[in-house]
Amino acid sequence: MVLEAYADTILPGEKRWPGDRAVAGVSSDGGAVAAGALLALGSPEGGLAPALDALADGLDEHAEEYAAEAGIELDPEVPAFVSLDFPDRVRLVQRLTDPTHPEREAWISLAMFSVIAFDAAAHSHTVEALDAGHVGLKIIGFRQPDSDGLWRFDTYSYGRQLAQPHPDTTASGSPA
Amino acid sequence: MTSSESTDVLVIGSGFGGAITAYHLAAGGARVVVLERGPWLSGEEFEHDFKFGSSSTRVFDFVVGDGMSVLSGNCVGGGSVVYFAAMPRAPRFVFDRKGRFGHRMWPSAISRGTLDPWYDRVAEALPVSQTSWDTVPFSGGLFGAACDHAGRTANPVPVALDQAKCTNCNWMMAGCRFDAKRSLLLNYLPAALAHGAQIRPLHEVQYLSRTDDGGYRVHYTVLDDVDYRVEVDSGTIDAKIVIIAAGAGATPVILQRSEPTLGAMPHAVGRYFSGNGERLNTAIFDEERIRDVLGLSRPDGVPYEAYQIGKGPCVASWDRLDGSLPEYERFSLEQLYFPPGFGTILAQVPDAVGPTWFGAEKKELLRTWQSWLTVFTMSEDDNEGEFGAVPPSGNAVRLSQQMLARGSLRYEPTENTLRGWALSDAEVRDILERDGLSRVMPWTNDVVGAYTVHPLASCRIGDNPATSALDDRHELRNHPGIFVTDGSAVPAGLTVNPAMTIAALAERAVPGIVAAARARGVDVRYGAPAPDGGTSSRDAVLPLARSALRQ
Ligand SMILES: Cc1cc2nc3c(=O)[nH]c(=O)nc-3n(C[C@H](O)[C@H](O)[C@H](O)COP(=O)(O)OP(=O)(O)OC[C@H]3O[C@@H](n4cnc5c(N)ncnc54)[C@H](O)[C@@H]3O)c2cc1C
Repeated sequence: MVLEAYADTILPGEKRWPGDRAVAGVSSDGGAVAAGALLALGSPEGGLAPALDALADGLDEHAEEYAAEAGIELDPEVPAFVSLDFPDRVRLVQRLTDPTHPEREAWISLAMFSVIAFDAAAHSHTVEALDAGHVGLKIIGFRQPDSDGLWRFDTYSYGRQLAQPHPDTTASGSPA
Repeated sequence: MTSSESTDVLVIGSGFGGAITAYHLAAGGARVVVLERGPWLSGEEFEHDFKFGSSSTRVFDFVVGDGMSVLSGNCVGGGSVVYFAAMPRAPRFVFDRKGRFGHRMWPSAISRGTLDPWYDRVAEALPVSQTSWDTVPFSGGLFGAACDHAGRTANPVPVALDQAKCTNCNWMMAGCRFDAKRSLLLNYLPAALAHGAQIRPLHEVQYLSRTDDGGYRVHYTVLDDVDYRVEVDSGTIDAKIVIIAAGAGATPVILQRSEPTLGAMPHAVGRYFSGNGERLNTAIFDEERIRDVLGLSRPDGVPYEAYQIGKGPCVASWDRLDGSLPEYERFSLEQLYFPPGFGTILAQVPDAVGPTWFGAEKKELLRTWQSWLTVFTMSEDDNEGEFGAVPPSGNAVRLSQQMLARGSLRYEPTENTLRGWALSDAEVRDILERDGLSRVMPWTNDVVGAYTVHPLASCRIGDNPATSALDDRHELRNHPGIFVTDGSAVPAGLTVNPAMTIAALAERAVPGIVAAARARGVDVRYGAPAPDGGTSSRDAVLPLARSALRQ
């Protein structure tokens, strides 16, 4: 739940059900969580899986500290980070990923995996993700492949000269 | 008792620096073994798939350092398998760069003029050809039209591509499925094999030691073919000549790790790294303005929405490659594509109220992805990169099964480098924001530091032993018989894509390596034709090679 809330802070989505606490619900369609961020984070290939529990605990500790500093009362029903509202989650993630934060590499790794789950569906075969209507690929408008699962674009060029070449271009087409 | 296999020439790495030298030495009659840390893939094994474990991660290496992340190839064929195949020659002024020590960084023997015959060899071998406007994809056309509208020039870039086979799928970073990209798998490497060279994939060299007969022992581990963190075997091979071509992010690490067994390394090993002054800007285009201002529209009437379509960089603007401008203020701009993931995470939201690279506004930005255009700056950085502590194996500590690792490269951009980047950012904005065409933001350097797909100069050639690790024949100073022929040998940033220059330098180094091998009793000759048998560029360099062979 904590890591879902983190992924949702990176690329936010709509609540999956009424009362969804991890996903803050600041966006009108699916975000990193719906895109499969937890699958990407937990994948054996990624290498982050063994560290996830510790990262979730660490994130909660930072959230508690943040809340104490800001005078925010936390909801004991949910983990501390989940209890923060979206703007506070954002401010905390900004702090954790700041170039001066000693743990920034860990938090940036979490962010990177959240992003590639959304933008590239890297935990599934791209063709299958497109077939399943993967929300991230849909939002970026990633095009469909041919029927054999390979991409080819027959129409790809404006087909005409659109600029003058540099006057010092050599016969091989390189700069002089 | 340990028994070690032996060969005449051992080549470490199978990218440009390794494949080219392996071919010529094998063709000349030497016994050649190539050790390559990555897997050996070809043709249909190159997948159109972003899934972890597909070719897109198997053949790729992404090493995060302190202030600089390096992307490179990790497979037989090295960077040529993952690269975009833009192959311009470096402009003349580059060879006269002085850098921070105020003396010419390139050896006096090398200029654009003296390198041109070797560039010709590469151009014939791959081959490299000019792109015509009718094969330029929409993104390149858009960049060209915007340059023209802003009073700039723009050129289709020379490429190592077979346009007839290319489908403009833009999957080239995962390896080319259609054999349209003329990677080393299609020319130098098969020709080397045909002459008896052996290539051993998943063999990662760790360090070198000396043998009693004045040669070298190369110590390697064999890696699991799925989880590169796992070592499954190890061994050694003895060689009379060793050619290190592991790439500028790996070659210096092998040498640093060899210091206890080989003795002190030249000061410049692992220093003076250049990221080729790389910088990226992403423009978010207004489709209506593309139509109204530039008069562009696709056959279906849509102005652009075609970021995904194409074949990497196709059009470049060379107006700032002007030798009369001060050093550090010269750069080229090239239209480029990076797939989602790598190509999206660092892009920043223009006019963001909150965070620029993640969050709700970033998600909204992603909705416009097909209207993006990425512009690549290659500028003159200050060779400020330096490798730190040597990792236990390879060139970095592997975090993921494939691709992602943490390395020890430190890079803190100097004022000179930052000035070049700022000037290029301003130039990109001036061209692409004109008349409301787009909004432009540079990629953030706050997430993984600066980044480069063009690592250079970490073990460089030069005339000055204090600031160069190799002499102008690419031999490692004080360690005769070890040659370095990859991007680490290039003295400094080139202001254009580097593979053509790396390859030309490797071609140029071969006669000297042949001479060194002969001096060590290897029966080898210089003079092989191009891999497909072409002889015109070979005949042009034979007189040049003769003087190297006499030395
Ligand atoms: C995405 C991308 C796009 C690019 N596009 C272009 C372009 O369009 N034009 C251009 O000019 N350049 C481009 N480049 C850069 C180009 O690929 C490199 O400059 C070039 O490949 C460098 O050649 P090299 O011989 O120095 O090393 P590489 O080609 O990197 O080869 C080094 C080889 O050594 C292997 N290796 C490393 N360590 C060891 C070890 N310890 N033991 C054994 N083997 C080892 C590596 O796996 C690799 O195969 C691109 C790079 C990337 C990543």
